[in-house]
Amino acid sequence: MSAPPADRNAEGNFLGAALRHPAFIAGLVLTLLFVGAALLSYLWTPYDPTRLDIAAKLQTPTSGHWFGTDHFGRDIFSMLMVGARVSIAVAIIAVGIGVSLGVPLGLYAAAHRGSLLDEVVMRGNDLIFAFPSLLLAILITAVFGPGAVNAIIAIGIFNIPVFARLSRGAALSLWTREFVLAARVAGKGRARISVEHILPNLMNLLIVQGTIQFSLAVLAEAALAYVGLGAQPPLPSWGRMLADAQTFISLAPHLALFPGLAIVLTVLGLNLLGDGLRDLHDPRLRRART
Amino acid sequence: MTLYLLRRLLSLSLTLLAASIVVFLVTEIIPGDPAAFMMGINADPAAIAALRSELGLDQPVAFRYLNWIVGMLQGDFGQSYTYRVPVSELVGDRIAVSLPLTLYALALSTLIAFPAGVFAASRRNAPGDIAIMGVTQLGVAVPNFWFAMLLVLLFAITLQWFSAGGFPGWDAGVLVALKSLTLPAIALALPQASILARVMRSSLLDTLDEDFVRTARAKGLSRSQALWGHALRNALIPVLTIVGLQFSFLLAGGIIIENVFYLPGLGRLVFQAISQRDLIVVRSVIILLVFAVVAVTFLVDIAYAIADPRLRRQRR
Amino acid sequence: MTNFKTVTATVSAVALILGLATMPSLAAQTDITVGMQLEPPNLDPTGGAAAAIDEVVYANVFEGLTRFTADGEVVPALAESWDISEDGLTYTFHLRDGVTFHDGSSFDAEDVKFSIDRARAEDSTNAQKALFADIQSVEAVDAQTVKITLSQPNGLFLFNMAWGDAVIVAPETADTLATDPVGTGPFAFATWTKGDSVALEKYAEYWGEAPRLDKVTFKFIPDPTAAFAAVMAGDVDAYPNFPAPENLEQFKADPRFTVIVGSTEGETILAMNNKKAPLDDIKIRQAISHAIDRQAIIDGALFGYGTPIGTHFAPHNPDYVDLTGQSAHDPEMARKLLDEAGVSDLTLSLKLPPPAYARRGGEIIAAQLKEVGITAEITNVEWAQWLEDVFKAKNFDLTIVSHTEPMDIGIYARDDYYFQYADADFKAILEELNKTTDPANRSELLGKAQRKIADDAVNAYLFQLPRTGVANAKIMGLWPNAPTQANDMTAVYWVD
Repeated sequence: MSAPPADRNAEGNFLGAALRHPAFIAGLVLTLLFVGAALLSYLWTPYDPTRLDIAAKLQTPTSGHWFGTDHFGRDIFSMLMVGARVSIAVAIIAVGIGVSLGVPLGLYAAAHRGSLLDEVVMRGNDLIFAFPSLLLAILITAVFGPGAVNAIIAIGIFNIPVFARLSRGAALSLWTREFVLAARVAGKGRARISVEHILPNLMNLLIVQGTIQFSLAVLAEAALAYVGLGAQPPLPSWGRMLADAQTFISLAPHLALFPGLAIVLTVLGLNLLGDGLRDLHDPRLRRART
Repeated sequence: MTLYLLRRLLSLSLTLLAASIVVFLVTEIIPGDPAAFMMGINADPAAIAALRSELGLDQPVAFRYLNWIVGMLQGDFGQSYTYRVPVSELVGDRIAVSLPLTLYALALSTLIAFPAGVFAASRRNAPGDIAIMGVTQLGVAVPNFWFAMLLVLLFAITLQWFSAGGFPGWDAGVLVALKSLTLPAIALALPQASILARVMRSSLLDTLDEDFVRTARAKGLSRSQALWGHALRNALIPVLTIVGLQFSFLLAGGIIIENVFYLPGLGRLVFQAISQRDLIVVRSVIILLVFAVVAVTFLVDIAYAIADPRLRRQRR
Repeated sequence: MTNFKTVTATVSAVALILGLATMPSLAAQTDITVGMQLEPPNLDPTGGAAAAIDEVVYANVFEGLTRFTADGEVVPALAESWDISEDGLTYTFHLRDGVTFHDGSSFDAEDVKFSIDRARAEDSTNAQKALFADIQSVEAVDAQTVKITLSQPNGLFLFNMAWGDAVIVAPETADTLATDPVGTGPFAFATWTKGDSVALEKYAEYWGEAPRLDKVTFKFIPDPTAAFAAVMAGDVDAYPNFPAPENLEQFKADPRFTVIVGSTEGETILAMNNKKAPLDDIKIRQAISHAIDRQAIIDGALFGYGTPIGTHFAPHNPDYVDLTGQSAHDPEMARKLLDEAGVSDLTLSLKLPPPAYARRGGEIIAAQLKEVGITAEITNVEWAQWLEDVFKAKNFDLTIVSHTEPMDIGIYARDDYYFQYADADFKAILEELNKTTDPANRSELLGKAQRKIADDAVNAYLFQLPRTGVANAKIMGLWPNAPTQANDMTAVYWVD
């Protein structure tokens, strides 16, 4: 019965349009590549990424070790595969926290516009936005100790206002639309309208923003791990691999090269995917492109 | 207008008050005793206790909070536990590095982003546009600390054109000092320039689509005349907003880059202060940074309100 | 790779030629820039524990009654000579004549009395207050004589007075030493560019032999990559405690530099919480000791620099007993001991403080323990956290730390010390040692103490922390070893 004005035609054309969007395809391929590597690492890696072989340290890439070995003789390729798992898991959960707390807050604030809670939510958002994010993340991990879980919390907190603000803003404009007014006339409560009518129409927006936040979270996780506040050894992490590589930069540059490329390609893939999704969901832009 | 101003000022003060409580509480529950850290592993417990009372750490929490707030309102930020000098002096020294670095990076980023964005917009979907957008996509995806490491490898270790880190101080000469800030500024500027170029391009394209520009073109202006004459000016508003945001982001966000290049800046001061549990420095610097962000937002809001009286009523 | 190295070599060669061409080759250089990893938080050696304070000011700015030499010997400094009473309780120090502080005021017995009383006072913030614990009274007999009375004989008293924490300061400047240190040493404090460097200048009125350098700048470069580039580019002339042993080979290959390898007083151990189950079982502690391959840790974490140790004692000490064989790497034995102890699937926490030896060593040890079926859960902690969590709250199973104080086997007699050994027999040995003055008997007791803690596998003893430095090949007179944390610049000079 709910009749969101979703563009049914667009759904049908989505696949065709997607296939004609090279950036979207590139983003999808890169993202799938890293997600695939992360999943595969549960079943198989060329070597045990935690096994040390001091005698074989700092080897340049060979057919035995595709990306060479690190300062403990560990296989860099295997470490990157497992590192992908950490990066992706941290990013997914952190963004998940942002969505699951931010969206309800935003929807509530929009439904009760001008109420005290709306004011509190928005000022709370301002407060979090005003904090230097990396510094606060470092403080949080100083309080709770370093580790993947605390990195997730630190990154997640900064995702809450992003989604709260986004969904409040978008929901506010939806509240003035006819189909919502019709639902109100039909006697539906604010909460029910928010869930049944507003939320479905925010989905596209949330998916696009989610992808972008996801890529930002991968970068943030790398930065935290780089300063030593991410997942703890022996679990490999891209950011910590870079930190470890730093003193070897003149001796063995490949130690810094591959983890850096992994981060760049993952973030690039997610950004391209996000941009592609936005283009595909925005008919105006799609027209402009063709 | 006055009422609006008062309302905004009140909300600003409340934000700062809330921020001060959050910062104070977070630094309060950090495990680790500043005095024990300073005294080291073989210290006598009595000596640690003596130092605690010398630093005023044995006083009640509420008292110390009020002391801190009242002090700050009078411009006294307290004395650093480890360095034993006033926090304001430390912050002053460090801002002399962080602020120029931020401005340098911002200047670089703007100088790169403006032409790139305008060029891309003027050749929409042509190879030039696609190339620039591709490069900026890459620029956004590169972690700045990794880029910094590559810069060090190439320019400091291999070519030895720049030193790998450190800051000789402004006394060593402006050019020498600027030179030591160059690699860090480049590392900071790249991602910012990429973001800015993308904003510039899309903002220009949006204005080019707007009615007044269409009208201008219909009246016979060429595309580039329309671009330069009408669109650019109007497209600058969102771009300048982003530049403003980037300024406060860079001021606090240079922390990792300051660490990579070993610059005695504000970010590194806080980073070190956290690990040394010099909590008074941590608190005061974070509050100053929050204040900077809030103040910039406030000024932007006021500017908008003056420019567009409608906002005064609508904006919440 | 090959290409990259060739480029580096060519570029450095070009730089070298250009550098030589522009360098005035007249008299030898009289200023030096010394690289250090950490910036001192303040410059008062009597009010803080940071090693970086002593690394700047010890023997350069401040002096005590006695001092350490490069080989760790204790020799006269501000006290020219001393008499010790028969019962070993009274020390009469004869002070040097003509000594002045850098502010021009003269040095006399009152300054000594003030400094020592200040350090042992109730409200003292001296980090090594224990050094003064046996002092009963300090008396200025006349301007050149000080009499110190002890409450019990202490064979280490002259040694204690050589520490940086026991330097002599003047009452007028004592409160401002943190930012404006005034001492009696051959160099006076000049400037401190916070976050970058501290500069010292030759003190013209110095009582002893004048130093050959006019100016010493300590530059703080914590990042090993930046330190490497700074040395390569000649921005610093010497880096006596170079943070990245992996780069030393590159310096060795370059004729412009000498690599100085020495030793420190740092016994690096894998400390175990002896009171916490299951580590209260000696079999498990022995199993852990046998699971560890010391040479692999030295190779992997320190690139081959470092001497394996089998007990908590410095190998360069004449009384050292080599007990490494007793806990040799033997995974089979480790597994057998674990079986005997009746444990399987053991999981232990391993808390690692920031230094590279701990972080890298910890990863290697975790992998070695995994080989015998023990899971070590690593947590990297900052020093402040380590002090709170490990040292004070004893909330840990395993941790790695280097005990850098000289002659510190006595920590095993402290019941509340973080690894909680608390063994009556060991305490008896130490008590006897403190009462013994005969060198041969002392040596025997020290050997007994070393064997006792090795037999009980209190901790796993890893290696003596090396001191690896790099300097311009034309610099002479730097300390190779670190008997105390110091960069003594008094005998340093350049050759042409």
